Parts: sequence; structure tokens; C-alpha cells
Amino acid sequence: MLQINDLHAAIDGKPILKGITLTVNAGEVHAVMGPNGSGKSTLAQVLAGHPAYEITGGEVLYKGENLLEMDPEVRAQSGVFLAFQYPVEIPGVTNAYFLRAAYNEIRKAKGLEEVDPMEFLDLVEEKLKLVDMDVSMLNRSVNAGFSGGEKKRNEILQMAVLQPSLAILDETDSGLDIDALRIVAEGVNALKRPDNATIVVTHYQRLLNYIVPDQVHVLAGGRIIKSGDKSLALELEARGYDWLLETAA
Amino acid sequence: MTTGLRFAEQAVAASVADAPGSLKGLRAAGAEAFKTLGFPTTRNEDWHYTNVSAIATAQYTPAADVAPVSLDAAALEPYTFGGTWPLVVFVNGRFNAELSRLDALPAGITVRSLADASVDDADALGAVLGTAATADRDGFTALNAAFAGEGTYIRVAKEMVIDTPIHLLHVTDARGEGLMSHPRHVLVAERHAKAMVVESHIGLANVPYFTNAVVEAFVEDGATLQLIRVQREARTAHHVGTVEARQGRDSHFVTFTFQTGAALSRSNVYTVLDGEGCGCTINGLYMLDGEQHGDHQTRVEHVKENCFSREAYKGLIDDSAHGVFNGKVYVHPEAQKTDGKQTNHTLLLSEKAQIDTKPQLEIFADDVKCTHGATVGRIDETALFYLKSRGVGKVLARQLLMYAFAADVLETIEHPVIVDALEKLTVERFTGSANH
Repeated sequence: MLQINDLHAAIDGKPILKGITLTVNAGEVHAVMGPNGSGKSTLAQVLAGHPAYEITGGEVLYKGENLLEMDPEVRAQSGVFLAFQYPVEIPGVTNAYFLRAAYNEIRKAKGLEEVDPMEFLDLVEEKLKLVDMDVSMLNRSVNAGFSGGEKKRNEILQMAVLQPSLAILDETDSGLDIDALRIVAEGVNALKRPDNATIVVTHYQRLLNYIVPDQVHVLAGGRIIKSGDKSLALELEARGYDWLLETAA
Repeated sequence: MTTGLRFAEQAVAASVADAPGSLKGLRAAGAEAFKTLGFPTTRNEDWHYTNVSAIATAQYTPAADVAPVSLDAAALEPYTFGGTWPLVVFVNGRFNAELSRLDALPAGITVRSLADASVDDADALGAVLGTAATADRDGFTALNAAFAGEGTYIRVAKEMVIDTPIHLLHVTDARGEGLMSHPRHVLVAERHAKAMVVESHIGLANVPYFTNAVVEAFVEDGATLQLIRVQREARTAHHVGTVEARQGRDSHFVTFTFQTGAALSRSNVYTVLDGEGCGCTINGLYMLDGEQHGDHQTRVEHVKENCFSREAYKGLIDDSAHGVFNGKVYVHPEAQKTDGKQTNHTLLLSEKAQIDTKPQLEIFADDVKCTHGATVGRIDETALFYLKSRGVGKVLARQLLMYAFAADVLETIEHPVIVDALEKLTVERFTGSANH
């Protein structure tokens, strides 16, 4: 599904990622953990194609194709989805319009017919249940005035509607209370299929109680300093990051 | 006078031509005033950012000097909002009775050509004509007065409420090349009446011409008058549009100015809040690209106590276009408890796009609440990335963000058909799918 080889990236000339190598297969869930400033979010943004980052080395193959050469919208149309750490507010565009526009752009890219608003409403209503959101949120502007929890649930709703092959969740758990966290995690789990993969970027082990990873990677200083199974996350929770950083140094 | 000699000569010629009584007086006053005023220059504070020498040095033939023409009604369809509304059509500056549709007017609503009204309704029209937009207001208003002849007289009788807008549609096609027109519309909403008027200026061909329109609006006690102005002139045109309103007690005057056309355009919306408890809502949206220059000036004069004014103008400016906004609020010493709010927000879509925005509050009363705010920004790159990351392509993503920016001000228009039509134009504006 995804093969990252020695990826280097910088922002404003400052190197952030300094050689990431990672392989994610279909059906797998990978957790990327690490202290603040380790490059976790940069990795997520680079995979989605954020224009602020400059790729200074390495390559990323997605389904065998060069992901880094694709525009962000082409990546999305090919099935890459980033759940934003800070979802963007777009006053003036309703959620319903936004979701349908995105859904139809992706369908068009696949050579499928666009769906009309009524058909789309049926589809969305079902997905709304998954994240426990009321249909009234469709008429609200995208994320405008949403609470932190609502914004994160809205990200998962988008993911449910767009059905990506590769979902990257960038600190989707940050700032969520336990109920919201559970809703978000259940949503992610319900969307899991043998032919898609998920990368969960998180600062805390807590989310991994609900979304069980196949592999856990610890990022520090722009490199993966340790990989392991889910027990690594528990160890990090118990011992913090310092012991690992010292070992790596 | 330094500019517009030719115009002055033309104005004098027009003013001495045969005309019904009230028009003749206005013409003479206009020609006289223009001789003194001439065209404004950038030394004039009100015209500091807009140089009108392109108009002053051009040679235009008065529309009244050429034979009126007609066109296929189908050509108007895209501009009539699905068109079952009462319609007054002007083709190349001349009233066209055939294309107009005034048969279904409810009793109590008068809609007549200015020329007819100046004969049959001479007293009623004469009592108001030229009293709000006085001939000596400025050079353009003077010129409009000097050429007075085309236009509409609309009167809504007291307590009449008409929900259907009355549409004043000006179109100019290729045969309008080199013409200038000076329409004047006189709108009277009597006590407790309520009405909406749409004033459209549409260019059907890219030829040079000059429109210099004036609307005089009289909003009597307790009345509500809404004026929606759609300026979609050809990109080769010059356009000056002036609204002068006088408001009575507890009245509400609403204008929305939608401006996308013309090479050089100036919109003036002026009102005098001359009765206690009245108010105005003056909103607008301008979208300019290429080399367009679009200027908006508003002036709200708070004369009496407890009046409110609300102004919100938004703009999207691309390429090397230049926008201007100057919002004046003048509060007289007697106008205590004035509640004024003004905003102007502009998105610049390119490096060379330019906006000069100038709020201007002159307050001579001590117990008032007046605020203003202006912002100039660019398309939010983060939001653009967010949309793209969901699969939305570049073009649609930009359209969505521009639409989102403009939507809240468009949605202040209290007519869903107009809102829908203008939203559609907004979305299409910068993508080449609409001419203007």
C-alpha cells in the first residue's frame, strides 16, 4: 500500500524529516508516536501533500506510484485521506455541499457518475450515525463554530463518506474527552477493511486502547528510532519517551 | 472648468431641446451646473482614487440623438431572473415599450416612463424630480440632469406591499457603440409601503459606451424600499451610477450593489436619514479582474435621533484590477443615539490586485455608537489545502472559497431568486465560464 524510503523534508529551509523508512500493507494499522517536535505531524502533512513542506530526499510509493509527484487533490482522489489535527473552518460553505463536492470530485476522478443531492443525503445519513452526529450539522458551515470534539467527528464523517484506501489520522485524539474519543475510535474501526490501511499519529497511548495497531513506530528528531508491536505503546505509556531517546542518542 | 468642454456643449444643446416642463427645468439646471463643475479630478477628495479622464476625453453621442432600436426578447432572458416580474427595458439608452412588461401591475403601483410621467403626472413628478439628486451635486449628476429624458417614475401607494420586484433592465448591444445614456429613475415609496426594485445594467457586446445613471429614492414614513443594483456592463464600458435617497421617520432603505462590469465604474449610494427611527442597509459585492477599476462611495447622513445605518461591502479583486471603497458617515449634532456600523472586506487574488479602502466617520453628536472595520486579505492557503486534501480540484476549491467569502453579504438580499442568481455569477466569476 505505502512504502516510504529514506524520506527527507524541510519547512522554510529547516530540515524536519531526516530519513523516514516505513512500509504499510493493506489491512494494517500503524501507530506513529513520539514527543512534541519529533516530526509526526510533518510526516502526516507531507503524505497529504501540504505545499509548505519541501521534499529534500527519498521517495514515497503509494500503490506502486510516486505519491510525491501527485497534487494533493489527486492523492485524495486516489484514496489518500488525512484527518487534520486542526480541521479548517470554512464559513459560508455548508458541510452538505462540501461533502458532496468532495465525494463527486472523487467519483468523477474514478470515471463514475456524480450523485444528486437527494441520493447523497441518504448516503450521508447512514454515515452520520457512525459518528453520532445529527443531520442538522449538514447545514452548518464546515467546522465553523464547531467544538473540538465536533470537528474531529466531522473529520471521521468525511473519512466515512470518502472511503479512503489509506487514512492518516493526525492526532485525532488530542483534546477529546473519553466519550468523543470512543466515538471517533469506533468510527475508525468500523471503516477498517482488509483492503485499506490506517496510520494513526498520536502523542498518547490512550487512543490505542480503542484502535489496536499492528505496529508502533516511535519518531524522534525526524527519524524512526524504534518500531515494535502494540506492547511498545504500553511501554511508552509506562516509561515515557526519555529512555528511548537516551538509547537512541 | 478644465474638462469636458464637449460634454458641456452637448449638455447645453440637450437642455434647450424641446421637453416637457419638469424635465426642461432639470435639464437647464444640469447644463448650468456642469458648466461650473465639469468632471471631477483626483484633486477632489471624493475622487482621489478614481481618475475619470478616460470618460472626460472620450467622445460620446447622446443616446437620444440616434433612432431607438429593439432586439429579440430571447436575448434578455438570461438577465431577467426567470422573468415574470414587471419589467422596464432600455435598449442602448432608450426605453423600449415592446420589450417591457407592465400589464400585470397591481392597483396602487405606478410604473411609467419618465417622459410619459413628466406629461401626465407632471405635478407629482415635478414635486420630487431633482430634489434628492440635485443638479449641482457633482459633475456626473449635473450631466445626468442636463440629458434628463429617459428613465422611470415608480410610485408605490401608501400601505401597498408588493413582494414581486420591479425590474429596470438596461442593455447595450453592439449598436450602442459610442453612445452615452443618462437614465434617471424616480422611486417613491409612500407611507408604510413596501417594495423592491432591481436596476440592472447589462453589456451584450464589448463596445465602448458610457452609462451615467441616477436613482432618486423617496422613502416616506414607515416605508421600506429595497434597491438591488446589478452592474454587469461590458468590459469596455464606463459606468457611473448614483443613488440619492431621502428617508422619512421609521423608514428603511436597503441597497445592494453587485458590481462586476465596466472598464471604469463608480457607484455612489447616498442617503439622508431625515426622520427619527429610520435606518439604511447599504451592502455590496464587487468582483474585478483584468484592468478593471471599480469605485464605491457611500454617504449616510444622520440628521435625526435614533437612526441606524448598516454597511457591508465585500470585494474580490484579481489580476491588475483596482478597487476603491470610501464609506462616509456624517452624524449631525442633533442625531443622538445614532447606531452606525460599517465594514469593508476585500480578498486580493493576485499580487497586482489593489484596493484603496477608506472609512470616514464625521461625528458631531456625543451620544452615538459608530463602528467601522476594513480588512484586506488573500485566499486562505490552509483552507485551500484542506479542500484539495478532500479531492476537490484547484478550480472548484478556489471557487468554493470565493463563494464562501461572498456568501454572507449576498445572503442579506431578501429575495431568494436574486440571491441564487448572484451566487451563481459569483461562483463563475473568475473561471472564464461567465463573460462578466
